[in-house]
Amino acid sequence: MNLITADHICVRFGDVEVLHDINLSVQPAEIVTILGPNGSGKSTLLRALLGIVPVAEGQVTRMQGLRIGYVPQKLTVDRTMPITVRRFLSLPTRVSDAAAVEALDRVGMAGQGAEQMTTLSGGQQQRVLLARALLGKPQLLMLDEPTSGLDQPGEAAFYRLIEEVRAETRAAVLMISHDLHVVMAASDRVICLNGHICCEGTPRVVSNAPEYRALFGLGTQGALALYRHEHDHAHADGHPHHHHDHHHAPDQKHEHDHA
Amino acid sequence: MLDDFLVRAGLAAVGLSLATGPLGAFVVWRRMAYFGDATAHAAVLGVALALATDLPIGLGTLTVALAMAVTVAGLSARGWAMDTTLGVLAHSALAFGLVAVSFFPTVRTDLSSYLFGDILAVSRAELALVWSGSLSVLALLVWRWQALLTATLSEDLAHAAGIRPDRERLVLTIALALVVAVALKIVGALLIAAMLIIPAATARSFARTPEVMAALAIAIGALSGLGGLGLSLWQDTPTGPSIIVVAAGLFALASFRRQN
Repeated sequence: MNLITADHICVRFGDVEVLHDINLSVQPAEIVTILGPNGSGKSTLLRALLGIVPVAEGQVTRMQGLRIGYVPQKLTVDRTMPITVRRFLSLPTRVSDAAAVEALDRVGMAGQGAEQMTTLSGGQQQRVLLARALLGKPQLLMLDEPTSGLDQPGEAAFYRLIEEVRAETRAAVLMISHDLHVVMAASDRVICLNGHICCEGTPRVVSNAPEYRALFGLGTQGALALYRHEHDHAHADGHPHHHHDHHHAPDQKHEHDHA
Repeated sequence: MLDDFLVRAGLAAVGLSLATGPLGAFVVWRRMAYFGDATAHAAVLGVALALATDLPIGLGTLTVALAMAVTVAGLSARGWAMDTTLGVLAHSALAFGLVAVSFFPTVRTDLSSYLFGDILAVSRAELALVWSGSLSVLALLVWRWQALLTATLSEDLAHAAGIRPDRERLVLTIALALVVAVALKIVGALLIAAMLIIPAATARSFARTPEVMAALAIAIGALSGLGGLGLSLWQDTPTGPSIIVVAAGLFALASFRRQN
């Protein structure tokens, strides 16, 4: 049973095609990470799955009654709006004080319910957003660069927390990151995105995929040559939306054919 | 008791602030000040329309204010350069309204009552209209409160929670048109936006949650209304502007307190 499925979706902003022919699905209790450089359409993909951005082609299907917990990259609270952390947790669904205390405790924000949202640092804000998402008892957590405001220990603790939540509630997690090494341990599956899906698989498979290396330009040409790959990737040839067909079996070495 | 024009005026001012308090908070949070101006100014055109078609003034202003509010909301959803567009709409609506009203000599004489309000002349029927209109707006906002707040904080979070931000925007649009129709008689077309913004902005200094800010805005609005009435009686000043003068005074005091 898929929680959410994207079936050949394309997203366009005006004449610019931001996402091309994306297929993906998320199963219960699975942690999937979307990787990609700036401007690769990661956030747009998440927003399209949430229905915030309309899809030009294709279809997004959600399981009936799916509870989604969404943590956006950033929340800008207008200075004219007075709102405490505690009050924010009760939007849009009111939660009990006990549940709010527990959720804040869980994300490392214990005792900060009375703080104003506008005074929080980026990292604190992301913790509060996560606490709010968890209070909705989500079946699918969607996180947009959830650790961008956190320091390294904070980041490690964050991924441990995500693992715990998954283990306890069997919630699936779909998150965006720009650093494969950080998500390596936590993810079951990685999707490498650059307008289209370049490659996907387990973190190990993706980190060895030439598409991934081409996209993130790890090291120099010389370093790249250490990884033997059979064909050059198409990203550098000026056709970023050049389409490839990808065929995967779970945990199998990546293969691809040029269309 | 209602026979006394002063009692009626006081009750009208208090009734109006039940709606302008919470709605004004949203106007401040969502930066809709100009939006409020455009809608309020359109009410003068509504007066002309009502006179031309022999409809009740309240219905005419409500219709035109609603049309203007929906137009502006539609334009803003399409991402126009809002500052300029709203400036054009707000002032043109006022100008068209003034020109249109000038064709009716009877109104010409008391045009200022539509521009600045005439709270001392509020009749029993008008008082009932003010209270029922204000209570409807208040009920609408209370009903949609959680969704409105979520959509105001972040349209993305609202979407993810299954709330449609465009529908919540429409709720505010309708509420705004209702308030304009109700407030025209009390503070007048030129000062309705002030009645929305100033009490809410004053309340911001003292509030830690949105609910407290909205409730305080009601209290400050009511206080300004009664204080303005007093000032008007004491110094024989026009009542609508007097109400705003008191509100502005409270705002200045609150800002002073905030700086300390």
